[in-house]
Amino acid sequence: MHELLKRYGTGLTTIFVLLTAFWLLILLILPNLTMFESSFRPYLPVVDVGGPKDVYSLGNYMNIFGGEVPLSIFGFEVLVSARVKIFILTVFYSVVVTVVAFALAYPLAYYLAKVVSPRSLPTLFLLLFVPLWVSEVLRSFAWYIILTLKGPLNGLLMQIGVIEREIRWIEGYSPVVVTLVYTYVLFMLFPLYNAMQSLDSNQIEAAEDLGSPWWRTHWRVILPHAKPGIASGAVMVFMLSAGSLLVPAIIGSTSGNWFTQTIQGVMLEEQNWNGGAAFAFLLLIVCTLMVVIAMRLFSVKLSDIAK
Amino acid sequence: MSAGVELDDVCCDFGTFRAVDHVNVNIQPGEFFSFLGPSGCGKTTILRMISGFIEPTGGAIRIGGKDMRGQRPNQRPTALIFQNLALFPLMPVWENISFGLEVRGIDKAKRRARAEELLDLVELPGAGDKMVSQLSGGQKQRVAIARALAVEPQVMLLDEPLSALDLKLRQAMRAELRAIQKRTGVTFVFITHDQGEALAMSDRVGVMSQGRLQQVSNPRDIYNNPVNGFVASFVGENNILSGQVSTPADGFAAMSTSHGRFRARIADGVSGTGVKLYVRPEHMKFTDTAGVENSVPVTISDVAFEGNFISVQAISDSGMHFISELRNDGSVPIPEVGTKLHLGFDASKAAILPDSATAGA
Repeated sequence: MHELLKRYGTGLTTIFVLLTAFWLLILLILPNLTMFESSFRPYLPVVDVGGPKDVYSLGNYMNIFGGEVPLSIFGFEVLVSARVKIFILTVFYSVVVTVVAFALAYPLAYYLAKVVSPRSLPTLFLLLFVPLWVSEVLRSFAWYIILTLKGPLNGLLMQIGVIEREIRWIEGYSPVVVTLVYTYVLFMLFPLYNAMQSLDSNQIEAAEDLGSPWWRTHWRVILPHAKPGIASGAVMVFMLSAGSLLVPAIIGSTSGNWFTQTIQGVMLEEQNWNGGAAFAFLLLIVCTLMVVIAMRLFSVKLSDIAK
Repeated sequence: MSAGVELDDVCCDFGTFRAVDHVNVNIQPGEFFSFLGPSGCGKTTILRMISGFIEPTGGAIRIGGKDMRGQRPNQRPTALIFQNLALFPLMPVWENISFGLEVRGIDKAKRRARAEELLDLVELPGAGDKMVSQLSGGQKQRVAIARALAVEPQVMLLDEPLSALDLKLRQAMRAELRAIQKRTGVTFVFITHDQGEALAMSDRVGVMSQGRLQQVSNPRDIYNNPVNGFVASFVGENNILSGQVSTPADGFAAMSTSHGRFRARIADGVSGTGVKLYVRPEHMKFTDTAGVENSVPVTISDVAFEGNFISVQAISDSGMHFISELRNDGSVPIPEVGTKLHLGFDASKAAILPDSATAGA
């Protein structure tokens, strides 16, 4: 703050602070507070709003239950409500997206940070960035085209003789997972790259010199060092995936609904903003809890992620 | 267990740049051997070739008689101590030390016990549970040594490990490294640009310049009988005179310079253009009257008190700057600035040397 004042003077500093405050308060905190408040109120005809029926309750939140359908969890069949099922699957497949994104980004980040010569780095980064110039909508549609029944993927696989008949890729959650990984993998890559780049290469050499095979060097030296990067990448990919509406809406099949689509349905089709707000907060709260628990499990501090 | 290291005509090229040029040296088992040279002379490349991070582009490296070609660093019986030590900051001290044992699948209790033993050896008992960041520079140094010793290497490679320490600690660690080397009997190959370090610690020193090994000998010999001008001027100070050399006789020759005629030792076959006469400052003596030979009239221009010795600068009447070092023990009078005296040296203390080793030497 002091630094800011010294550098930009009183006038500019005031403008910066006011703009930031406006963005935070008016565009972020206030709408969320309004949503949070209305999520506890019933969905009523306009005449009844503010009347005796308009009282706070957990009714909107409880709406997630009701209408039992079977869900198999690790081989066990349980009966849950259709909405709970979608909720659980959304969180589960967001974790899958995060894990797959990590598995893809880790070797690439290591390659960029420690193997490749610094001269070719700008070109490689450019190649990574180019897809970001195309809008997310188009990229999701591109995957839709790639994965369709008569699309290029099936065509190629049949051409080289790997499969005999077309495979129906757009079914269940796999196309959503594939497209989400593609969309958000860079959010994993860059924190990982940053973390690995700060590792002294001598430590990798020291481990090798002491007799360590490559996998143990990764497990004991590189991975622990990259942990804050993994954590911030994982948090971003997980939160973005769980909250994504566009990708599942474009590429999701009827058997692969995302919970955000449920929220959208309640809000826009039922016109029940109070109910939609309640579901949105449920998703936010559960995802935040998952992140907090995961951070505890892997003993990562919030300050590590902020790096 | 220790093994010798044999460098057999080793070369290393980086593109068109030859970093190491036909180096031949036979390091004995249990020897403390130093490569001494200025930065960029190729000494670190040699160390990285012995440890296996770089493959030589020519020649062979044998450790304990076994050719090391194609062997990765994790397959060689060497342990490298890095210039910045490269300790693992996320592991406690004992895990750092026992990392090499963990790799070999030794169980935790045994690893812990071995780490404690090594901590005793490097005089850091009880530090096992500390984190690396809690240690001082000298303590980190000891942990790095213990970590390298834990894998029971036959050859220990040290890449200027003392350069980050302050002067007092550096001198203490010299003696300590030497003591650890004698206690364990492991072959030490030490890299340094600090001549004091190399001379004080080593059994033998190899002086390097521009990828070539200029001289390999024991420290006294390196200082007293340098084979060429590079070794003479890189190790210690010199007064250097150039001129025409007369025909040698009985190992001595005379050099006619613009400051007078001087006689000095000369080796067989030394002649040509790069030849100069070298005299150490401590061999330059002041006298009131001109000596029989190797004497030149001078005026004292500066007297600097250095503690254990006094550095005296003098200008000859012909305009040459000479340096003399006098011991601060009262045995010789310290001249005053502006005094006119004669400066001379014993012919047996001076040497006429070629410039430096030529290609293929």
